[in-house]
Parts: sequence; structure tokens; C-alpha cells
Amino acid sequence: MIQFQDLHKSFDAKPVLAGFTLTVPDQETVVIIGYSGTGKSVALKHVVGLLQPDAGDVIVDGRAVSTLERDALMALRRDIGFVFQFAALFDSMSVFDNVALGLRRRDLSDDDIAERVRDALAVVDLTGADQKYPAELSGGMRKRVGIARAIALRPRYLLYDEPTTGLDPVTSAVIDQLMVRTREHLGVTGIVVTHDMRSAYTVGDRIAMLYEGKIRQVGTVAQIQETEDPVVRQFIEGRPA
Amino acid sequence: MIERIGRRTVEAVKAVGRFGHFMGDLARAVPDVDVWGRLTLVQLRRVGVDSLPVALFIAAFTGVVLALQASYTFRNTVPLYFVGTLVGKTMMLELGPVLAGLALAGRVGASMAAELGTMRVTEQVDALETLAYDPQSFLVLPRVLAGTAMFPIIVALAILTGIITGWLASLALLDLTTPEFVKGLKLFYRFKDTWFGLFKSATFGFTITLVGCVVGLATRGGAEGVGLSTTRAVVYSAVLLLVLDAFWALVLLR
Repeated sequence: MIQFQDLHKSFDAKPVLAGFTLTVPDQETVVIIGYSGTGKSVALKHVVGLLQPDAGDVIVDGRAVSTLERDALMALRRDIGFVFQFAALFDSMSVFDNVALGLRRRDLSDDDIAERVRDALAVVDLTGADQKYPAELSGGMRKRVGIARAIALRPRYLLYDEPTTGLDPVTSAVIDQLMVRTREHLGVTGIVVTHDMRSAYTVGDRIAMLYEGKIRQVGTVAQIQETEDPVVRQFIEGRPA
Repeated sequence: MIERIGRRTVEAVKAVGRFGHFMGDLARAVPDVDVWGRLTLVQLRRVGVDSLPVALFIAAFTGVVLALQASYTFRNTVPLYFVGTLVGKTMMLELGPVLAGLALAGRVGASMAAELGTMRVTEQVDALETLAYDPQSFLVLPRVLAGTAMFPIIVALAILTGIITGWLASLALLDLTTPEFVKGLKLFYRFKDTWFGLFKSATFGFTITLVGCVVGLATRGGAEGVGLSTTRAVVYSAVLLLVLDAFWALVLLR
């Protein structure tokens, strides 16, 4: 279970998160929606200790992330797969090496690593692309490699940062299906940050809207679709102010 | 005015704190040998291959110029075999390490800052961390170790090249024979001349690569940030290299 507890974070005295509180139960996928620049990705990065909170904390399986020592933080990160907005693939490595990199931190033989890489690439429909380099891939393929890199670790938690941003509708739908399939196959707990409502409705068990540094509303897909909160309504309908 | 000074002071103190934190993290990454060991071999090759041509090119021309300038200065006043002395001493003690160091600050330091800066702004460094790698052991230690180990080798070859081209210039352009040049070369030679230059280059290598990594990993923003970091790395490295040069002269040559 992941719990954001009264998380506060400012950059250059500008508050981004101001009391962000949210619980993500095991085996549930929660989608965090909100306007661009409202701190959705910032919240996500706190889960893996990429950012330190000004106040509050993120609790993962009872461990307060900001208080973990280096080795404990590394151990926590082995349980979490993170899919970055622009995939963050290593340019100098082939697809195979990108996916294998995290596995090399575990006690696995080369054969096991190769098998896991093959399996992960098969899940994202990229069998045969293992010797390509990131520069040779389209945006959608890069995102799929990013997902393969995360799921190859067989993590307990998967965090997606804007997984469909910048993709065409068809490729976005493919990524959505992939996230659903991943959840069903691996039974992982997920947090998806997005402002793509179609994606949110497809992959989320629950949807939480981040607004002015806090959760404005959290509920099931149906509850969010029927909300009477004017701020949430405006966002999900994509109406200008 | 006072506010500006205060703000600058706070920023400077923060920068020192960040650097101390960075060095602490670097020290903590040392036991992670299975990560940095293999990558250091890659970096050794990269630093060597990237640096050698430019270092040798500079040294070759410096050797020729030194021989010609020495002959111009000594003519009719000092025996010409002192050309060998000046070429040898100057290449070993100063110009070999410093010119090669300055060139490599531009070549190696800038390339490391640009590479790590790009990795930072494209979230590749964050990705490394989420894959349970410490960027210090994956990115920084291999580069710093490679720089520290390779610079003395590169500088040694540069010194040798400078002396050889100085000798060839003496033979071809000055009325000097090989025995005369060698006599001058050996005249005031001390073993310290050799180790001083090489030790100094190791510290230059350490500094240039460390600055490249620190500045690269501190990059913010997009392409503009990477450009700024690249420029900063070259300027900081060059300034620190000259300060170090004076420091070692003060400490070891007095």
C-alpha cells in the first residue's frame, strides 16, 4: 500500500504540493489527474525518493520513504517500476540492455536476464526489437520499451508518469491496453499520472484529481464521471474557464 | 546592494554544502565495485581515445616552438645545447601537463558535462536511480577514476612528443646535434621533474572529470541548461587547473 501523507513540496518558494494526501491500496490502480504543472509528477517522484518532501511523507508498505537510508531506499526501489513521461531510455544502450539494466542489479544469471527481457518485450509487442537503439524507435515504441523495462523487474508497484502524452489516439489506446494487461497479468498496484481522460477511464480503478496542491476529489470512474464538483467537471469535460 | 551580497553569500554557502554532500555520496559509492569496475574500463578507453590526438597535437607544436624560442633567446649568450634543457624542463614541469590539461578540460570536461547534463534533463539519471543504481557509482566514479588514471599517461606521451619534436626541430632548424641536445636535456634533470609533472596531471584529471560530473548532474532546464553546463564545466575546470598548478608549484617546488 502507498500512502501520501500530508505531502508538502515547494520549488523556489512556490508551493506545488500543499497537503497532498492519498491512499493507494494493494492491487488497485489509482489515476491522478490534474492540470499541467500542478505537481502530479512531483508527487510520483516522492514515492521512489527522487525528491525529498518539505513536510509530510510517502509511506510504502509501512516504510517512510524520506527517512530511508541509501541501502533501504535501493531495496524499496527494487519493488517499484517507474515509467517515465519520455521513456528516459539510455541512448547509448540497445533496447535489450535498457530492459536488462535493472535486472543486472539482482542475483540473476545471464540466461535468466535474457529470458526476462524477451518476456517483457513480448508483453509490449516488441519481440525482435531488442538490438535496436532508442534513436531508431518511434515515440510509442520508446514508451513501450519504458514499460518493458519496468515490468521486467516484476515489481509490486508500477508508477506511470504521463504514459500517453504526445502519442496519437491509436497508440495511446495501445498503451492503455498494455497497462490494463500488465495489471491483470502481474497483479501490481499502480499509480498513473495523466491528463488524458480517456486513458484515466480505461486504466483506473479510482481517479483522484490534484488541484492547488491537494486532492480535490477521489472516487471510482463512475463517481468522477458523475461529479458535481465544478472544478473536476470542468477538467474532465475539457471546458475552457 | 547588501541584499544582493547576502543572497550571493547564501548561494555560495549552499553550493559548498551541495559539493560536500556530493563528495560524501561519492565516497559511499566506492564499495559498489561491481558497478563502477566494469564501467571504468569503458571510460578509460573513452578518455584515452578522446584525449590523445589533441594532447599530442598540441605537444608536438609546443616542442618545436620551445626549441626555436630557446635558440632565439640563447643565441650568442648561452651555449646552444641549453635548448635541450629548456625544452625538457618546460615540457615536463609545466607546458606538458598544463597545455594538455587545458585542452582536455575543453575536450573531456565539456563532453562529460554535456553527456550527464543531457541525461539529467531527459530523466535518464532519475531512471537509473529507480532501477536501484547509484548515479555516483554508475556515472561519476568511473569517469573520475578514468580521468585520474589516464591523464598522467596522456601527459607522459605528450611530454615525450614535445621533447621529440623539440629535438627534431633542433636538428633540422638549428645548428644542434643529437649529442648536444641530449647533453642539455640531461644537464639539470632530476627524477622529481618527471613525477611532479605526472602527479600534477593526475590531480588535473581528477579535477576536470569531477567538475564535468558535478556540473553535468546539476543541469536544469533543457538544451539551454546543457549548453550552460558545458560552458561552465570548461571555465571552472580551466580556472581550477591554473589554481592547482600554482598550488603544486608552491607546495612541491619551493
